[in-house]
Amino acid sequence: MPKREDIRRIMVIGSGPIVIGQAAEFDYAGTQACLALKEEGYEVILCNSNPATIMTDPAIADKVYMEPLTLEYIAKIIRKERPDALLPGIGGQTGLNLAMQLERKGVLKECGVELLGTSSESIERAEDRELFKELCESIGEPVIPSQITYSLEEAKKAAEAVGYPVVLRPAFTLGGTGGGFADSEADLLKIGKQAFALSPVHQVLIEKSVKGYKEIEYEVIRDHNDTAITVCNMENFDPVGIHTGDSIVFCPSQTLTNKEYQMLRDSALRLIRALKVEGGCNVQFALDPHSSQYYIIEVNPRVSRSSALASKASGYPIARVSAKIGVGLRLDEIQLANTLASFEPALDYVVTKMPRFPFDKFVTAPNTLGTQMKATGEVMSVGRTIEESLLKAVRSMEIGADHLYLLRFESMTSDELYKYITRDTDDRVFAIAELLRKGGNINNIHDLTAIDRLFLRKIRNIIQMESQLRDNVGNPDMLYRAKRMGISDKAIAHLWKCDEAEI
Amino acid sequence: MMKLQEFDKKLILEDGSVYVGKGFGDKDARVRVFEIVFNTSPVGYQEILSDPSYTDQGVVMAYPLIGNYGMTAEDYETKTPTIAAMIVREYNGEPSNYRSVNTLDEVMKRYHIVGISGIDTRKLVRNIRDYGSCRAIITDISENTDEAVKRLKEHVLPTDTVSRVSRKYMKEYTSDHAKYHVVAVDCGMKDNIIRSLVKRNCCVTVVPWNTPAQKIWSLNPDGLFLSNGPGNPEDVREVINTVRQLRGMFPIFGICLGHQILSLSYGAKIYKLKFGHRGGNHPIKNLTTDKIEITSQNHSYAVDAESLKNTPLEVTHLNLLDNTVEGVESVRDRVFGVQYHPESAPGPQDSGYLFDKFISLMKEGKRHA
Repeated sequence: MPKREDIRRIMVIGSGPIVIGQAAEFDYAGTQACLALKEEGYEVILCNSNPATIMTDPAIADKVYMEPLTLEYIAKIIRKERPDALLPGIGGQTGLNLAMQLERKGVLKECGVELLGTSSESIERAEDRELFKELCESIGEPVIPSQITYSLEEAKKAAEAVGYPVVLRPAFTLGGTGGGFADSEADLLKIGKQAFALSPVHQVLIEKSVKGYKEIEYEVIRDHNDTAITVCNMENFDPVGIHTGDSIVFCPSQTLTNKEYQMLRDSALRLIRALKVEGGCNVQFALDPHSSQYYIIEVNPRVSRSSALASKASGYPIARVSAKIGVGLRLDEIQLANTLASFEPALDYVVTKMPRFPFDKFVTAPNTLGTQMKATGEVMSVGRTIEESLLKAVRSMEIGADHLYLLRFESMTSDELYKYITRDTDDRVFAIAELLRKGGNINNIHDLTAIDRLFLRKIRNIIQMESQLRDNVGNPDMLYRAKRMGISDKAIAHLWKCDEAEI
Repeated sequence: MMKLQEFDKKLILEDGSVYVGKGFGDKDARVRVFEIVFNTSPVGYQEILSDPSYTDQGVVMAYPLIGNYGMTAEDYETKTPTIAAMIVREYNGEPSNYRSVNTLDEVMKRYHIVGISGIDTRKLVRNIRDYGSCRAIITDISENTDEAVKRLKEHVLPTDTVSRVSRKYMKEYTSDHAKYHVVAVDCGMKDNIIRSLVKRNCCVTVVPWNTPAQKIWSLNPDGLFLSNGPGNPEDVREVINTVRQLRGMFPIFGICLGHQILSLSYGAKIYKLKFGHRGGNHPIKNLTTDKIEITSQNHSYAVDAESLKNTPLEVTHLNLLDNTVEGVESVRDRVFGVQYHPESAPGPQDSGYLFDKFISLMKEGKRHA
């Protein structure tokens, strides 16, 4: 199918300024998309209220509007510019929400503007929890079982039905206050009492707990000819419970067998086909570490933070390809360097993503993590082993660390560290490293954090290398092995008590 | 070269290049020459290790971390692996997966497979891409390289691989609701093909590679299946002749080597690719539907498109990376073959519809019988 000739002017909505919970990744995606559209000969009108991005540089789009990203302003621009089409799903949730509002208010219809890429019905089906649950059930894809309850008695029955442990989520309480995990009926009754009391509508959602499950993501892309492929998959270091934006993430997955990898790949492709997404899409799974049971956590039918990471990790420009799919091209018609966009990248390296938190700027904010994202940026590193990749990421963070070592943990005892790592904090990986340095036990750490032993052993390998270095000061064989593991000159110099330049 | 105490083995290629590393698996296995090839799958080393198509080959895994999830009880493609060697960047002997029952190292020891880790596999893969698949050997680090290269150059790779990996006796695999009887010629068949057919209500009689046409005919099959397998299809002329006698009598489906055998039986030609296709990310275009499948691949030889012109076979699938022939069909004779692996294991599971197609051809055939 050739590209669309009936449209000429395309509007793109950006993601606005950088805020906590939404980093600069959408500028990267948006820029790529604008350039891709221009490359195909379309006129690009960009709305983005962020002057601090290259995206709003006049060379990227033909016209740039640096106006507030509100319905009112965008509608005004549309009425003035009369674009033929609008490409949503490039400016993250902000851009997508605005496009949906414009559609609902009839602005798009009034001005004869067509929505490119994924249809608004599909977006709604992916974003509305109930509609999404219905869709998943209709194609036999498992979502986390849950029931809405209005009394303790109902809650008890619901918990038995979905199976312990469960999470109680009271409706309409600020930040989910009053909810919590229940391992048993006794817990449920205790927490349930306050949950019902705190909810203004006395409504509590009883949901099966998937705490400790592996969090796995797939980046998939589909064109209107129904060709769908996987760009890559990713595995979170932190199990389900910490927002993936706040988690250390490895790409590709590290602990899945071929069967599990393909099972989730098939599921992601079934979903993107059922949703009729045209463009990139992110699917998040919770996978039981002790069985092949999995649940779909959520789907983002747009270019997302994860897709920016997946693009850079795999070399596959998801935003660029999504934009071209939007104007009618098929995956096998889009040329990427020396190959077509219809292949799946095969990596021969490991990518680590580490989130960067603003706690150094907001010193009074608690550094505990949860289901709401707190990171404002992230670093990505590439290595041939997990150790090398992880250490590179640590050094790139600009937090003053050049190794898996932070002074503040050195003074803590093992007991204090064991206690510290049960809290989900931004610096937990450093605390785990210090604990292993002090002889901490991998199984105990695993029991407390549910972090996969494979990842913990990788940290242990680094710690073991430290002690081998200490025992073999000046040994060139040792140096070779340490460097191959990705240990910095500075860290080796520290262990060998010499100058970095000497190394 | 720097002396590194942990390195005890070296990999020597026919072109004289040497890669030092650390041995794993059966370090005392008989030193033997193998053909070195590479695979780009990030997962699936267990299926690769146990795939009979890799007989006498040493596989370089392009993905650097191997061993992470161990070896499971269920994911073998054959009970006795015949691969020659595994060549990896990093071997992980502490697997983490609930299904893992063994480490890769333990299994390789059991089947006398040598492994070498710590290799710069990125450089090695480039080497093979530039120079082509070639003969290689893994020896102790102290061996003389020049002598080994001389030995490599003189070595003739065996041509009897199919007869070594094929079942020696007929074996039947039944399904509770068997509707179709498939006779499968075992040239080194992967178990997941049998599972894929049994799941679709087939009773599968797997027969040795050299079973005569008359014998197959007397088993009264609804369809004939030609399996994957190692080596050059020209080495198994008997099977090509058998197919020539049987085609047209019932639907025939060939995978990989089976697809090449089917093509050869119609007079098509095959040629050897420089470094073959091995991995789980190859895009294939189905020329009938214009849809694209991501496929699992493992082959050194390909069917020559030009040579198909004088046969009743039509090209049905193309590889979008290099435009090689990936599927052929003759509607008249109810035969078709694909160069890739719809049974996956390892790799994407986009192409299961080909088994369904085989079933519907058999269903049609039964109706007319």
